[in-house]
Amino acid sequence: MSAPLLQLDQATLRFGGLTAVNAVDLALPAGRLHGLIGPNGAGKTTLFNLVTGVYAPSSGTLAFDGRPLAGLRPDQITALGIARTFQNIRLFPRLSVFDNVRVAANLHRATSPLQALVRDRAFRADEAAIAARVDELLALFNLDRFRDAPASSLPYGEQRRLEIIRALATRPRLLLLDEPAAGMNPSEKVELIRLIREIHRRFDLTILLVEHSMRVVMSLCERITVLDYGVKIAEGAPAEIQTDPKVIEAYLGEEHTAKFGHH
Amino acid sequence: MPRQHAALLASLVAAIAVTAFGGALNAYYLDVAMNVGIAILLAVSLNLVNGHTGQFSLGHAGFMAVGAYLSSACTLRLAPQLLGGSPSVFAQHALFFGALLVGGLVAALAGFLIGLPSLRLKGDYLALITLGFAEIIRVVFQNTPALGGAIGLNGMPPLTTIAWTFGWVAAAVFTVSCLINSTYGQGFLAVRDDEIAAAASGLNPTRYKVVAFTLGAFFAGVAGGLFAHLKLAIDPRGFDFFRSVEIVVMVILGGMGNTLGVILAATLLTLLPEVLRPVAEYRMVIYAALLVGLMLVRPQGLFNVRLGRARL
Ligand SMILES: Nc1ncnc2c1ncn2[C@@H]1O[C@H](COP(=O)(O)OP(=O)(O)OP(=O)(O)O)[C@@H](O)[C@H]1O
Ligand SMILES: [Mg+2]
Repeated sequence: MSAPLLQLDQATLRFGGLTAVNAVDLALPAGRLHGLIGPNGAGKTTLFNLVTGVYAPSSGTLAFDGRPLAGLRPDQITALGIARTFQNIRLFPRLSVFDNVRVAANLHRATSPLQALVRDRAFRADEAAIAARVDELLALFNLDRFRDAPASSLPYGEQRRLEIIRALATRPRLLLLDEPAAGMNPSEKVELIRLIREIHRRFDLTILLVEHSMRVVMSLCERITVLDYGVKIAEGAPAEIQTDPKVIEAYLGEEHTAKFGHH
Repeated sequence: MPRQHAALLASLVAAIAVTAFGGALNAYYLDVAMNVGIAILLAVSLNLVNGHTGQFSLGHAGFMAVGAYLSSACTLRLAPQLLGGSPSVFAQHALFFGALLVGGLVAALAGFLIGLPSLRLKGDYLALITLGFAEIIRVVFQNTPALGGAIGLNGMPPLTTIAWTFGWVAAAVFTVSCLINSTYGQGFLAVRDDEIAAAASGLNPTRYKVVAFTLGAFFAGVAGGLFAHLKLAIDPRGFDFFRSVEIVVMVILGGMGNTLGVILAATLLTLLPEVLRPVAEYRMVIYAALLVGLMLVRPQGLFNVRLGRARL
């Protein structure tokens, strides 16, 4: 078996006295669609922030494709091939839908910013190629009709989708999705499940999915990791997780009674 | 020809035309026009920092001072040695161009140095530290006898012309709009809107901010050089806090991040005191009242408009 694409080894992050992520081991092979669940405050978002370099671990190591992530800035980690979305949508509200995606597509451009002043042939070809790729992505997700509208004017569900497109524009190999179904109604959730399956296949992605909606997680993920108080309490196939007594006590019990989640 | 190149060419042609027929124009109008040009240069360059990139610099006059003093030092101290007793007009203007570049580049270096540490700060803190930095520059000039101390420098040759002024305005507008309209330049706006999301999208926010600061300081330095060789005398008080505020007001009034609006605002705010000259006693009061009124009625900026789909 080849080395995992993402590997966490005893990853730990403390905020003062609170250990938000506590000695977590995690190994994601390439191509995996992996779920990360746990009650509110379990440390899921914090784990994303560790992987994307927003925080440096208090102890333990993280590696992407065999390369240690220690000391890298968030933009450098994105350049390596890790992209993410945010639990509270973070678009560029005053930029158009097109420009939101264009900004992220800048990462893999061939020409330098200085060429923007000369506007030589290579630069214009590069800009045209970026624009074509952005338009293609927007069309693929049916957002082309909003192309020139400011991102803040989009309906909520479309904003979530735009954030995913923006992440894809950086050409990631690993995509981290933080509660993409939050605030969606059942039919939107069905649509989202279809969409995540589609991008997973089409873009040859490895996906780590944080989600409270059990319906979304259980139908999408091959394996699931469960966090509670920053500690990994279980990991396995969806069927195993659903019957694991520790998980039911910590999380699913509460979820089951609330009928598939509070979101 | 790309739109920006056409705009650049048009402004250069206009500048040359005005120079050619400038003799027919009243000297007073020429002087006012050059003041307008310098104001536009200052406002457009600060707009890159405060408008497009969303930082709050209150120290633009400091960079202007660096450019004014260094270019004056060049033309006052270096010119006689390099050019001898009675230099040709061409040689003088060639040296002036060099002096403006020196002023701009040293101001850019100052912008880079202040940018690196201070851009970790946000909002009010950044405003305070840039303000403090500008004051330090001013005090340094004030206490440097070689640069005239509190009296300042005078006797600069009158080398600032309409052509130089609007040539530099064209260069600044061209540079900023080419950058901002490119995919790379959209990153300035992305950093303004959300730094964390920008970093997650592969942009290095610090780098964008330092570039904005450095480039903005460069054009402010050039504006200072033009100012010095228009007024022919400078002293530290001319680059104080109020000068910085004036430029900030132009940017706010023009609609942060809107180059065309900022050009109009800089023009208006430079012409206004001239128009109000007959009622000079109440000039500042009227000026202040207009500002307050405008901010109440149009907080998004007086000229926050778009020309079709063009984003200048
Ligand atoms: N910047 C911070 N400073 C201090 N404490 C923090 C910080 N960020 C998160 N925490 C704490 O760390 C713990 C884990 O938070 P985190 O946001 O990772 O949880 P989560 O699993 O994503 O929860 P949710 O399902 O509500 O999104 C919480 O107790 C939270 O209050
Ligand atoms: Mg969370």
